[in-house]
Amino acid sequence: MPEKDTLLLEVRNLKKYFNLRSGFFYSKSSSSVKAVDDISFFIKKGETFGLVGESGCGKSTTARLILRLIKPTSGIINYKGSDLVRLKNSQMLKYRKEIQIIFQDPYASLSPRMTIGDIVNEPLEIHKVGNKNSRLKRIKEYLKTVGLNPEHINRYPHEFSGGQRQRVGIARALVLQPELIICDEPVSALDVSVQAQILNLMLDLQNEFNLTYLFIAHDLSVVKYVSNRIGVMYLGKIVEVAPSEELYVNPLHPYTMGLLSAIPIPDPELERKRQRIILPGDVPSPINPPSGCRFHPRCPNAQDICSKEEPVLKNYNKDGKEHLAACFFAGKPI
Amino acid sequence: MADNNNTLLDIKDLRTYFYTDAGVVKAVDGVSFDLKKGETLGIVGETGSGKSITALTILGLIAIPPGKIVSGYIDFDGQDLLKLKQKQLQKYRGNRISMIFQDPMTSLNPVFTIGNQLMEAILAHQKITKKQAYDKALELLDMVGMPDIRKRMKSYPHEFSGGMRQRAMIAMAIANSPSILIADEPTTALDVTIQAQILELVEELKNKTDSSVILITHDLGVIAKYAERVLVMYAGKPVEFANVNDIFYKPYHPYTMGLIGSVSKLNEEKKERLKPIKGTPPSLIDLPEGCTFAPRCRFALDSCRLSYPPNIEIEHGHFVSCFRSKEFYSGSLSRL
Repeated sequence: MPEKDTLLLEVRNLKKYFNLRSGFFYSKSSSSVKAVDDISFFIKKGETFGLVGESGCGKSTTARLILRLIKPTSGIINYKGSDLVRLKNSQMLKYRKEIQIIFQDPYASLSPRMTIGDIVNEPLEIHKVGNKNSRLKRIKEYLKTVGLNPEHINRYPHEFSGGQRQRVGIARALVLQPELIICDEPVSALDVSVQAQILNLMLDLQNEFNLTYLFIAHDLSVVKYVSNRIGVMYLGKIVEVAPSEELYVNPLHPYTMGLLSAIPIPDPELERKRQRIILPGDVPSPINPPSGCRFHPRCPNAQDICSKEEPVLKNYNKDGKEHLAACFFAGKPI
Repeated sequence: MADNNNTLLDIKDLRTYFYTDAGVVKAVDGVSFDLKKGETLGIVGETGSGKSITALTILGLIAIPPGKIVSGYIDFDGQDLLKLKQKQLQKYRGNRISMIFQDPMTSLNPVFTIGNQLMEAILAHQKITKKQAYDKALELLDMVGMPDIRKRMKSYPHEFSGGMRQRAMIAMAIANSPSILIADEPTTALDVTIQAQILELVEELKNKTDSSVILITHDLGVIAKYAERVLVMYAGKPVEFANVNDIFYKPYHPYTMGLIGSVSKLNEEKKERLKPIKGTPPSLIDLPEGCTFAPRCRFALDSCRLSYPPNIEIEHGHFVSCFRSKEFYSGSLSRL
């Protein structure tokens, strides 16, 4: 099997329910937020899997579950043959080195009291990599790799711009030579001209170090630019998975269609000709999600069955390739 | 004054500076543009480019001090808004010119009901009874597509979703049928599908009430979709001003070109590598000498660092501030 097709991560039936408590003294859990509700997907080695969805759809919770920053309610996270959910903390440490994360907010995710050298050094120290001298060399090398001046090693985060800070965050994730990097909205806090720099840097690093990315964002055009395959989430569920080009050309789920249509393309002539679908209503609360298909109250194609039964994710590609959708009327135009 | 009858707002050489301990921040530095009746004018630029300060200056909402309007005029209906006293300006603000703010969460008052806040906006400018104001408020909520309007009148902002809050804000902004609606990043805080709803609503209301819209955003997609003419700002200065097609297909300023090259297009079949602008926007306190964009510019010459390029009308209605724009125009310098 070529390396590209090797499975690196497989998530199966992953659930995370956060219990809500009511009452002051006799608190009993009355309901729960189904932040992630039975999702399954896989990521192949060397590829970028994009996870896209609006706020509250569970994409960041998924990231935190994979890193085991929070414990799942149930499900399997299979990384290179080990189920991360069942590992002891001590066993998990080995994998933490291989799975790193880049956070959204480069202002909040870097300690203002540490120099950027200390920030990039911390993971090396935790994982006891090398000695002081070899670490210093490595830190400088990685600062250079991400496009920062290694001589700035003793500067503090406030001396850098947003884009440069995000580069520090990337160096911190990269310094342990991980296999999988989870990128949780890595560019959404940045200005447009700087976003492009960071996205290109991430693509270059992927080639150079053969990295695998789980790329989480709400901006479908950014996700499409970096991803090989994309999963679309809505209210804790994955509603569609397809290769990124296929997803754009031939969306099957009405939510994906609405999402694609809602994003204006920076091309005035094209925008004037484009027919837009405006999805009505708001994203419902995940505390009390709609019955049946969670999208049915906003769906122009909804029928009786949609409010009664929940559609499962099925493959609709006839050539044996991957194009999954969870919709009773998948592919029906809206 | 503007020579064209169709011109609603005419701004010339507007400069809003802030005098801080760290130095003078030239937040808006020489902005000129005109707004026509019924048009949507887009102002695009990155953080700190002065788009919002331009809007706040029009509405007289700059805190003085530390702010100071150093030069310029804002001609609205033959009246220079900068010459008005606050009290006189109140007759315009929220009445003939109103604004939709970016964050509906912080721009609504949490301790009053939506109905209360709406009626306040109406009664501030219209001499009608409370009952009439109440009916008018209901009508407005209906206009902005609010469901369950009678119940919503009694709701507090926290009971609304982000999209609904923004609808309430819009209802307030159009309460007195303004001639100009300034929308400052009206959808940045909202989800994509809700963003589409809100922008369509603004467009629909604009057409219905025959007003003009100044749409401030950093999103080039939104500009392409809704704006007719576009002002591109960089570090407080207007770098290019033209109709939307010219901005996207025939830009003469390297910053505009860079912005367009920086965004990924959803419709692109072949994955083309993004062409980012190198470096980061400068600090407004410590601006580079000469053209402020020169340190990041692919086309910069040594001479670009000596003085700031004048704003010239390179084609009819197409303004640009770049020493090399004539070379782009004649074709002797390629944009690629």
